[in-house]
Amino acid sequence: MTEEEIKKTVFQLLQRIAPETDPSRLMPEENIREALNIDSFDALQFIVSISEKLNVDIPEEDYGKTSNLKSLLAYLEKKVKK
Amino acid sequence: MEAGTLVEWRKQTGELLHRGDIIADVETQKGLIEIEVFEEGTLEKLLVKEGEKVPVGTVLALINDGKAEVSESTIPAEEVPKQEIHPIEDRVETPHEKIEEGERIKISPLARKIAEANQVDISLLKGTGPEGSIVKKDVEEAISEGEKPTQEPVKKPDETKEISAKPATANANAMRMAVAAAMSKSNREIPHYYLEKRMDMSKAMDWVKEANKERPIQKRLLPVALLIKAVAKALDEVPDLNATWENGLQRKNEINIGFVVSLRSGGIVVPAILQTDSKTVDEIMETINDLIPRARAFKLRSSELSQSTFTITSIGEGGADKVFGLIYPPQVGIVGFGEISEQPFAEDGMLGIRPVVDVTLAADHRATDGLIGSRFLAALNRYLQNPEEL
Repeated sequence: MTEEEIKKTVFQLLQRIAPETDPSRLMPEENIREALNIDSFDALQFIVSISEKLNVDIPEEDYGKTSNLKSLLAYLEKKVKK
Repeated sequence: MEAGTLVEWRKQTGELLHRGDIIADVETQKGLIEIEVFEEGTLEKLLVKEGEKVPVGTVLALINDGKAEVSESTIPAEEVPKQEIHPIEDRVETPHEKIEEGERIKISPLARKIAEANQVDISLLKGTGPEGSIVKKDVEEAISEGEKPTQEPVKKPDETKEISAKPATANANAMRMAVAAAMSKSNREIPHYYLEKRMDMSKAMDWVKEANKERPIQKRLLPVALLIKAVAKALDEVPDLNATWENGLQRKNEINIGFVVSLRSGGIVVPAILQTDSKTVDEIMETINDLIPRARAFKLRSSELSQSTFTITSIGEGGADKVFGLIYPPQVGIVGFGEISEQPFAEDGMLGIRPVVDVTLAADHRATDGLIGSRFLAALNRYLQNPEEL
């Protein structure tokens, strides 16, 4: 899966959770949850759905790496390549 | 709750109904609810049209259970929404619909005449006469107050651009009015008292972290599941808070915790986690995973909206430090959890940085006093310091 495809998947899943937003307008270091107004429950649902879609395991101690687009995409690319 | 609007019939006349079937959607002050059927039978007749607003207790449909020859006048009217959409204090009647015996409104002939002349809905009045009957004075007061409770302003649909969002907008407007009605009643009638306690969450958070290591991602716990369980345990110890105030304190046998779910479009829904005390933390998490998406999609069942005995509101990550709730009538308490955050915390003469949560309790001072509320918070804290016992 390419970098672009991962990005596309992330945007799709974010938009499913926050339908009235446009995740592609997120700044790389902006806090995703704050910007899209995502609560704790939806944040967990997002992590579950991204792990299912990309078939990667995201342990709880790594949740911090999912807070902004830059670190989330870097983290997922590394995971997918493994 | 005083009235509900029939939004949609899900079943047609002549259809065979089974116990648990959803027969209709009704918009009420508690939000949009699905009306369940509690008997088997054939749907004989729909008595209320879609879009019609009717008082609580109105017969919505007739169901033929096959035991009697059906005719409109003799059929035992199945009062579909009865258990679901009327609180005990409301006893109502409409002239056009059949009402079960014993539900007739007590009103003096003079009062009825005045009410009819002024188009006052007597089902919304509280009687002050003998045995709670409505007398002339009650009706006159209602006229002078302009029937406040029924005059819900119709919101202008100002978001007409988004045509596809129309049902959601309608739901959101109904939701706003429902929250407004319930919270106004709460603020008007319930003398709240507030208590607050800061609780050390290190042990609870460690417990959740350890528990999550063993669980696949889909089964992982949120700290709130543990908080809900701890509240259920504390309520078991302090049953006066697991109650309603209806002509006095009525303790409830079951602990059904209502959990405030906020909607992205604005508004809140409060589904009940039935028998919270008998569920494990994992089962509570499963229930939340099921309830929250359905609550947000307006797909809750009437039983899930009507049976809570106490309410929890939790701010969650990234939000305010404290939340002071308004009690959902006729309940007598609501507990509020702020964001769990790292704070300086002193214990045994030592200062450390720990995850802590500020917990508030709002309780009905007619039902309990501060001592009871304080005992509840102390019990809750004790459980959170011993998460392995939950």
